[in-house]
Amino acid sequence: MGSCSSQATTIPDVDTIRQEIGFSQASLVRLYRRFRDLDRNKKGYLCRRDLRQIGALAVNPLGDRIIESFFADGSYSVDFSGFVRVLAHFRPVDDEEIQDPKAPEPLNSRMNKLPFPFQLYDLDRDGKISRHEMLQVLQVMVGVQVTEEQLESITDGTVQEADEDGDGAVSFLEFVKSLEKMDIEQKMSIRILK
Amino acid sequence: MFLLLPFDSLIVNLLGISLTVLFTLLLVFIIVPAIFGVSFGIRKLYMKTLLKIFAWATLRMERGAKEKNHQLYKPYTNGIIAKDPTSLEEEIKEIRRSGSSKALDNSAEFELSDIFYFCRKGMETIMDDEVTKRFSAEELESWNLLSRTNYNFQYISLRLTVLWGLGVLIRYCFLLPLRIALAFTGISLLVVGTTVVGYLPNGRFKEFLSKHVHLMCYRICVRALTAIITYHDRKNRPRNGGICVANHTSPIDVIILASDGYYAMVGQVHGGLMGVIQRAMVKACPHIWFERSEVKDRHLVAKRLTEHVQDKSKLPILIFPEGTCINNTSVMMFKKGSFEIGATVYPVAIKYDPQFGDAFWNSSKYGMVTYLLRMMTSWAIVCSVWYLPPMTRETDEDAVQFANRVKSAIARQGGLVDLLWDGGLKREKVKDTFKEEQQKLYSKMIAGNHEDRSRS
Repeated sequence: MGSCSSQATTIPDVDTIRQEIGFSQASLVRLYRRFRDLDRNKKGYLCRRDLRQIGALAVNPLGDRIIESFFADGSYSVDFSGFVRVLAHFRPVDDEEIQDPKAPEPLNSRMNKLPFPFQLYDLDRDGKISRHEMLQVLQVMVGVQVTEEQLESITDGTVQEADEDGDGAVSFLEFVKSLEKMDIEQKMSIRILK
Repeated sequence: MFLLLPFDSLIVNLLGISLTVLFTLLLVFIIVPAIFGVSFGIRKLYMKTLLKIFAWATLRMERGAKEKNHQLYKPYTNGIIAKDPTSLEEEIKEIRRSGSSKALDNSAEFELSDIFYFCRKGMETIMDDEVTKRFSAEELESWNLLSRTNYNFQYISLRLTVLWGLGVLIRYCFLLPLRIALAFTGISLLVVGTTVVGYLPNGRFKEFLSKHVHLMCYRICVRALTAIITYHDRKNRPRNGGICVANHTSPIDVIILASDGYYAMVGQVHGGLMGVIQRAMVKACPHIWFERSEVKDRHLVAKRLTEHVQDKSKLPILIFPEGTCINNTSVMMFKKGSFEIGATVYPVAIKYDPQFGDAFWNSSKYGMVTYLLRMMTSWAIVCSVWYLPPMTRETDEDAVQFANRVKSAIARQGGLVDLLWDGGLKREKVKDTFKEEQQKLYSKMIAGNHEDRSRS
């Protein structure tokens, strides 16, 4: 007859996480419960298989790539602090938060939110989205519904539009520039209910 | 020391006698009403008292939390993140509109920002999805004095701990032995009774006896779990030649339904105690037990069920189409097998109140014996059963649509969330075919516009 208490005291490294990442105590408790629910064999960490078992994620065409973003540098497992660190990028920007000018930029700032979708395009992590990588992403998103030629022409058009220095690829800065009017803070935020 | 001996044995004797008398009285008070299907209302009173105590306990915990200036952990039934119920198309259009510096150009084929939609949706499902949370026990809003459901340990005061200790004493030292004794009685009566009835020649008398033996034993088992069941719309109870379908939360569902009606059970042949019970039951009336090898053969299963259903003298079949235990907050995909047979379907919705004891069987966490022990050391199992009006398959719908229609009716009545996901996701990955749905939707946005352009 075990207890299922998930108070903050049982979360590993809770103080370091709170300082670095900025989630509230209550949010951390919820996310920890979620982490434990996903960790089916109670290993203490998540592997790719645990995330793949989420049905709604498996039907997302970019599901596999999103899962990859949790596993930095090809590692096989992600612990709770790593899990929360990735999710922190999606924390809504709270205008009331006092920004300490000396502290490093918070994880959920605009500039820190953007590398995330960039990485979904840039598979080989070379800092540029090549034409080939763009084509691959499009193929994943549409499956067999659109012909090869259509996809190629769409890819060419998009790369041309965003590419400013003419190297045939979209670098991170060019990516940021093409999205400068977008309300990234709002579109890439997930709010945890209090 | 020698002086104590006769004194000791006297006390022991007295204790033994009083316990025996107590137990016998209790057994008589509980078993006799079970035989006749009568209730004294003791369980309802018990339930009301418990509710008052739980409310008091939660108040004290909130007070304790306020003193320490913390917030109590409160579970959320609607998910932990704020979600917008917009469609793929709407949201991508909005993303494009917010980032586009050009005039509202509806025929944009693809934008770099489209990926934001999939990215965010993916993250949302990682933080909270509809299915994973259905396979762990439901969280309670107020504490019910069981340590297994406590999320706020540090706020328990001394008084509360004493109360909890008292609760443990009552549940383990009084209720548990009583319940085990009742369960033992119920099961042995079932086995013996059905075997004896099996020796009688087939006829009306045999059927009558068989029905009452079954009902009596199930009622004893119901009392063994201290199950407080409220039946609604009993006029819609399943009739011969029909199939009764219900949502599945635990093996106890069978006991709950079978104590109010006489059904033919369907299932796999088990070994051990279950096997003994199954073999005895089938002597008295025709239940449908499949060998393990036969279960894989869908045609064989369908054939046997159809034969049974077509014989109007045979009992209604009891089936749980979800195929696995779900935690009673939602209803998952119904397997279409039982809906292809063409019989009248009698849907039944079962909703447990987890306040008194969570009946959900998390088979990956607990084995059968541990589960039964947990059931017998809870306060009570409280549930409501609704018998819904019978449904038949319309001419223009196929088995899957019919199954979904029945499922929605059950979900609506029981106040459960109606999900299209397969309960098998507990153990397996989702099929790739579902990904195509999303891809099709997105392709329409990209390619649809391209076609318009090439046409004009």
